[in-house]
Amino acid sequence: MVLVKIAWRNVWRNKLRSSVVMISVILGIWSGLFIMAMTLGLNEQRMSGAIDTYLSHLQIHHPKFEEDYNKNDTIVNRYELNKQLDTITRIKAYSERLVINGMAATSKGSYGVKILGIFPSQEKEVTKISQKLIAGTYLNKLKRNPMLIGAKLAHKLGVKEHAKVVLNFQDMDNNTIAVSFRVEGIFKSASSVFDQGTIFVKYQDLAQLTGLNGGIHEIAILCHKIDDTEMVKQKINTPNKIDTWAQIAPELGYAQQTMSSFIYIFMGIVLLALAFGIINTMLMAILERKHELGMLLSVGMNKRKVFVMIVLETIFLVLIAAPIGILLSYWSIYYFGIHGIDLASISQGLESLGIGSRVYTYLPLNMYFTITFMTLVVAVFSAIFPARRALKLKPAEAVKAN
Amino acid sequence: MMKVIQTQELYKIYNQGQENEVRAVNKVSLEISKGEFTAIVGPSGSGKTTLLNIIGGLDAPTSGKVIIDQTPIEELKENDLINFRLHSIGFVFQSYNLIPVLNARENVGFIMLLQGMAEDEINKRVTDLLKSVGLENQMEKRPTQMSGGQQQRVAVARALASKPKFILADEPTANLDSKSTGDLLDIMEHLNKTEGTTFVFSTHDQRVIDRAHRIITLEDGKIIDDVKVN
Ligand SMILES: Nc1ncnc2c1ncn2[C@@H]1O[C@H](COP(=O)(O)OP(=O)(O)OP(=O)(O)O)[C@@H](O)[C@H]1O
Ligand SMILES: [Mg+2]
Repeated sequence: MVLVKIAWRNVWRNKLRSSVVMISVILGIWSGLFIMAMTLGLNEQRMSGAIDTYLSHLQIHHPKFEEDYNKNDTIVNRYELNKQLDTITRIKAYSERLVINGMAATSKGSYGVKILGIFPSQEKEVTKISQKLIAGTYLNKLKRNPMLIGAKLAHKLGVKEHAKVVLNFQDMDNNTIAVSFRVEGIFKSASSVFDQGTIFVKYQDLAQLTGLNGGIHEIAILCHKIDDTEMVKQKINTPNKIDTWAQIAPELGYAQQTMSSFIYIFMGIVLLALAFGIINTMLMAILERKHELGMLLSVGMNKRKVFVMIVLETIFLVLIAAPIGILLSYWSIYYFGIHGIDLASISQGLESLGIGSRVYTYLPLNMYFTITFMTLVVAVFSAIFPARRALKLKPAEAVKAN
Repeated sequence: MMKVIQTQELYKIYNQGQENEVRAVNKVSLEISKGEFTAIVGPSGSGKTTLLNIIGGLDAPTSGKVIIDQTPIEELKENDLINFRLHSIGFVFQSYNLIPVLNARENVGFIMLLQGMAEDEINKRVTDLLKSVGLENQMEKRPTQMSGGQQQRVAVARALASKPKFILADEPTANLDSKSTGDLLDIMEHLNKTEGTTFVFSTHDQRVIDRAHRIITLEDGKIIDDVKVN
C-alpha cells in the first residue's frame, strides 16, 4: 500500500525530529522496565533474604506458643511429626529450634535477644547463616557453650571471636539464670535488624540449661520451591499450628503491593511525558507539511487515508524504537541481575530493610510485554491528536503558495 | 459543444456586511466546453485563485452554483466531494504539487492507486504519461532532484493520470523561467490538441496569455472580457 510507503519514508525525512521521538520512546521503555526490574529485584531480595535467614517457607509451633512465648508450649507429638515430614518429598529440609528470649551482656552493655537453640547440621540445610559467617566457625569447634552472634550485636557488645558473653534467660521453672557463652562465629545477614537481635546456640546446651530436654518450640521447613509452600502445608496433619512465610511476615506482601503501585505511578508519568513528546513533534511535522497535506486533500486523497498515513508514521517511529528500548532494557537488566547495582551510599537504609547493599535487577518476561504494549497504546493514542489536526486543514488555504 | 464547467451567478464575499467587505468573485456566470484551452487573467487580487478554487471544489462560494459535467458540486458531501475531485478534476498548483518522498513515477502513479487502478496498468500508464511530458529519463528522480519546470511537468502528468474531465492550473508557470514556461505550455497545448484535454489556467504572464485559445479577464471579481482567439 502506497500509504505505508509514504509514511515509512516520512519517518526518515526529518532525521532530527524522528530521532527525538525515537529516543524518547527508547528512554521511556528503558527507564520504565529498568526501574521496574530494580523494584522487583529489591522486593525479591528482601523476601528471599528473610526466607534464607530465619523465615523459611513454613513454621510449626505449639498452637499457643505465639500468644506469649511460654517456654513450656513445646511442639506436640514431635517424633510423630518428624516421621511425617520425612515422607513429604516436596520438603527439602527442616530445622528444629528452641526459642528463648533473653539478654546478652558484656561490660559494654546488655541487649535483648532471641536465643535460638539449633542442631547445626539441620539448620545449615534450612537457613543460610552458615554461609554468612564473617568470622569463626559454625558451632562445630568449641566444646563448651559456643554461640553465633550477628555482626551488629557483636559490635555493640564489643566482642570478637572467642570472647565471652553472658546470656540471661529463664528456665522452665521461671528461674532466671546467667550463663557465659563463647563467641564461635559472627554472621552478617542481609538484615541488620536480625543481626542485632538473634543468637544461635547448640540445642543441647540450651535444652539442658532450661530443662526443656526433648522439647522444641519451632520447626522451620524449607520446600524445594517457594510455590510448594501451600501444598506442603495442606499435607501436614498435626494439632500444632502451621504458618506460611506470608502469614508470619505479612509486611513482605504489603511491600510488594506498595512497590507495584509506585511502579504504575512512575510508568504513568513516563508515558505521559512520552505522549506529550509525540504529540508535540507530530504537530510540528504536520504544520511543516501543511501545503503538502493540503495538496493531497485537494487532489482527492480522502481524510481517512490522510489520518491513517499520519498515524502509521507514528507507529513506525515507535516500532523502530520499541525493540531498541526492549533490547537495552533486557541487556541492562540481565547484566545488573548478575552483577548487581552497588547502592553503597544508601546501603545502611537497605540493610535495615533486610536487602543488602547490592540490588540485583529482575523482571519476569510478561512485564516486558505489558510495558511494551502500554507504550504502543500510548503512542497510537498520541498520534491520533495530531492526525485529527491535519484533517482540519482547508485545502484552499493549505495550497496557497505562501 | 458539451459543457464541462458551468457557473451560475457565483459570489464569494469575504467579511460580508463589514466595512472591509471584499467581493473576490462577483456574480460570475460562465461556461467552458470540452476541449477548450482557457486562460483566466487579471491583475493581482482580481479573484483568479478564488474562482479556480470554487470551480475545483476546494472552496465553497457564498452563493451561486457550480455544475461540473451535470453534477452540481455544492450538493456533494465532504467525502464525496474529495472523491469527485479525485475522479473528475486534475490539479496543477503553483508549488507544492508533489510528494517529496516519492519519485516522479510514484507521484504520478499515486493518484491512480487512490482510484484503485491495478498495479500493472498503472505502471504502463505512468510511463506513457511521463513520456508525453518529456520526462522519460527522469522517472526515478525525487522532486528535490528536479528543476522547477520538470516538477511542473510531473504535476501535469499527475493531473492527467486520473483521466479527469478537465485540468485546473492556478499560475502553473509563476515560478518558472521563460524557457521552462514555454516548454510547459508546449506540452499543455500538445495534449489539448492531440487528446482533447480541457485546460483552465490562470496567469498574469503575457507570454502565457498569448498562447491561450480563450481569454477570460477578471477585474474586482467580475468578468470584464471573454474572447476566443484564432
Ligand atoms: N481568506 C480571505 N479573506 C479575506 N479576503 C480574501 C481571502 N482570500 C482572498 N481574499 C481577497 O480576495 C481577493 C481575490 O483574491 P485572489 O487570491 O483570488 O486573487 P488573485 O487574482 O488570485 O491574485 P494573484 O494574482 O495575486 O494570485 C483579494 O482582494 C484578496 O485579498
Ligand atoms: Mg492567485
